[in-house]
Amino acid sequence: MGSVGAKDVPVLLSPEGLRIDGRRLDELRPIRIEAGPLHQADGSAYVEWGANKVMAAVYGPREVHPRHLQQNNKAVIQCKYNMAAFSVDERKRPGLDRRSQEISKVIAEAFESVVFAEEFPRTSIDVYIEVLQANAGTRCAGLVAASVALADAGIPMVDLVPAVAVGKISGQIALDLKKEEDNFGEADLPMALVPQSGRLVLLQMEGHMTPDELSKALDLGVEGCKAIYAKMKQALRDRYTVDPLPAEAA
Amino acid sequence: MSQGQRTDHRRRGRGDSSPHPSRDRVLVLPGEELPSQGLKPGTGTYRVGGKVYSSILGLLSPQPPFVQVIPLSGRYIPKPNDVVIGTVTDCQGTFWLLDIGAPRWAPLHMTGTPWDVEIGETEKFLHVRDSVVVRVENLDPTGRIGVTMLGDGLGKLEGGTIVTVSPARIPRVVGRGGSMVETITRLTGAQVAVGQNGRVWINGSPDAILRASEALRLIEEQGQRRGLTERVESYLVSTSTSTDRGPEAAARESAHRDAPVTRVPPVGPADERPDPEALGPGPDEY
Amino acid sequence: MTAEVTAEIRTAHLLDLAAEGKRLDGRGPDEYRRVVVEPGFVTTADGSALVRIGNTTVLAGVKLEPGKPFPDTPNAGVLTTNAELIPLSSPVFEPGPPQPGAIEVSRVVDRAIRAAEAIDLTRLCVTPGEKTWVCYVDLHVLDHSGNLIDAAMLAGVSALAHAVVPAKRFGIAESDYPLDLQHVPTECTFIRLGDALVVDPTFDEEQAAQGRLTVATDETGRVVAMQKGLVGAFSPDDVREVVRRALVHGDRLRIAARGGKT
Repeated sequence: MGSVGAKDVPVLLSPEGLRIDGRRLDELRPIRIEAGPLHQADGSAYVEWGANKVMAAVYGPREVHPRHLQQNNKAVIQCKYNMAAFSVDERKRPGLDRRSQEISKVIAEAFESVVFAEEFPRTSIDVYIEVLQANAGTRCAGLVAASVALADAGIPMVDLVPAVAVGKISGQIALDLKKEEDNFGEADLPMALVPQSGRLVLLQMEGHMTPDELSKALDLGVEGCKAIYAKMKQALRDRYTVDPLPAEAA
Repeated sequence: MSQGQRTDHRRRGRGDSSPHPSRDRVLVLPGEELPSQGLKPGTGTYRVGGKVYSSILGLLSPQPPFVQVIPLSGRYIPKPNDVVIGTVTDCQGTFWLLDIGAPRWAPLHMTGTPWDVEIGETEKFLHVRDSVVVRVENLDPTGRIGVTMLGDGLGKLEGGTIVTVSPARIPRVVGRGGSMVETITRLTGAQVAVGQNGRVWINGSPDAILRASEALRLIEEQGQRRGLTERVESYLVSTSTSTDRGPEAAARESAHRDAPVTRVPPVGPADERPDPEALGPGPDEY
Repeated sequence: MTAEVTAEIRTAHLLDLAAEGKRLDGRGPDEYRRVVVEPGFVTTADGSALVRIGNTTVLAGVKLEPGKPFPDTPNAGVLTTNAELIPLSSPVFEPGPPQPGAIEVSRVVDRAIRAAEAIDLTRLCVTPGEKTWVCYVDLHVLDHSGNLIDAAMLAGVSALAHAVVPAKRFGIAESDYPLDLQHVPTECTFIRLGDALVVDPTFDEEQAAQGRLTVATDETGRVVAMQKGLVGAFSPDDVREVVRRALVHGDRLRIAARGGKT
């Protein structure tokens, strides 16, 4: 956001109402989800969403380290969102920065809102999100990957948590911004939904929208989340359903 | 999942309306509403506003008066009387901490052993990285898992190795009435002790252990498929060498059978076990 | 799933198997796992490669940026290698600053790239003493199922082999051009299990290892770097044997580094 005065501002919306990659305003980028690609974690998932590539792993519930974080009546959920040095155009110095720490916090709190943490007192559920290639919407892609990884790890929770960002480009509310739209658009509103309850457990916003636009953006985001939700479920079904007439393993 | 499928599933056993009369296992995911008319929410479920939902990824398994979901993944969740295999991670003054693959380490108190242990001398009996067979005695609301080594078939493991499979696969490893363990034992000459926590102890010649481990890997990978017993059997027969069937192997097997550790029962009390059928196809599909 | 503590009897069993020339996963002592290299995995990098050795997975990304040369090498580019053993990849890795294990991986890979003169650093010089390309090789371990050094090296060299210098983007030249490798170093790691020397160890085998020996070779048959690690010892004859075998495995790995499968 806020690239006012930047050179070469691209045309984000054609007269026909199409976006720079040919999508309509209410259309998601292509998304592919794979459950369980990692072998050391209790649960894992890989998400390719547009040009984003994100891996997530869950360890636990397990003994808490460091010990002083232990809670007597429930599991503590620790989340680490991290961007690989090569995941962005300009190399990012390895290590946690303020942005990563904030995103880790809001994602951890989103999961604390749905996980039945009281079933595992004095333990830790560790959620690791690695952004391997970034193109706007990595916190949503990371949250989606982590949610599938939590289910893959057998963690009890109210529901899977789909997420998507809604934004505003050329004065119009648009679903799932890609990088140019995020850079040159007028607003960005990432959200995560609990479909079972219809409530939002992650919500951030930057830019400017009228209350009417915001209302429209919320509706569009909820619809987007429902589409993502179906993909998340399919990824888990693909991993855990075995075809009745399997091919022999090589 | 469509409403129709759920309705079909609720009538399991009748076979009149189910699209899969021979496979009435339904995979459910967190947040999915379960068919629950007249049933109470059991394990792996929760209730909101009169409706019951799944809280985990697993197989729907109505056990009236409960509707429950059996997990297909995740760490071992201890139950009282489970016989489990653990590895010592720490020695304290009066107890050892065991990794049993559960969310928390399980303390084995020195009074829960057949040994005469003095306070501060736990390390004389068990070291870090030693492996033991213990029974889950009690669970408290803080998640503490009390285990004991007092009982038939419990004790320290000597020799052999430990193979880890998903705890969800243990019913298939055991097989109906212990048939799978029996098949592996018979065709490899290895001894096999199955912990409910997914840790399986195998002892015998290096080759017997390798073949038994491979059989477990097959079960782990193909546990939901039909004809599993035949697959495992045909693998073990095809890799069998003459020495394994010879008198030497028989003698070795019998010697192992006399060793104290061989008294480790493959499963704990039968009434506590989930029915292997609940996790897979019926007997006609083996 | 890996327990944080490896049972002693599992270690003993691996030693028993090794004494018979066998391994838990059915491989022979001198048999490498399946190697798959996927070059160009990350488009935000100037060069990248995803490498799988069995279940072990490492993603390498190369980034080039204009910077200042070191005063003592005014005509040479700058190469920086960094490995991240992130806790996503193994229950034994903890969050926080790089641990000694991560630093060892990055330094062993860095030494092999430099000593083999894999890239001609003088070609990275733009204005002697003032401006040069800084080449970052970032190694991101995604799945630690054993033998990280070989996997990290293969990922790094494969990412370099496919890297393009972004000269146009930084206004330094009319067009981008390939970085080009002069030599292709690969690492090959053996561990000792009893009297046996075993190549490409799994995570479990590393827990049982009585010493680890890594030998980096290049396509000319030179030995360009070595690293003995873990507790244990090797005889000079062991070292000669490992070098001989590392050269054979190296030739296979070099085919993979170019994007082939082995």
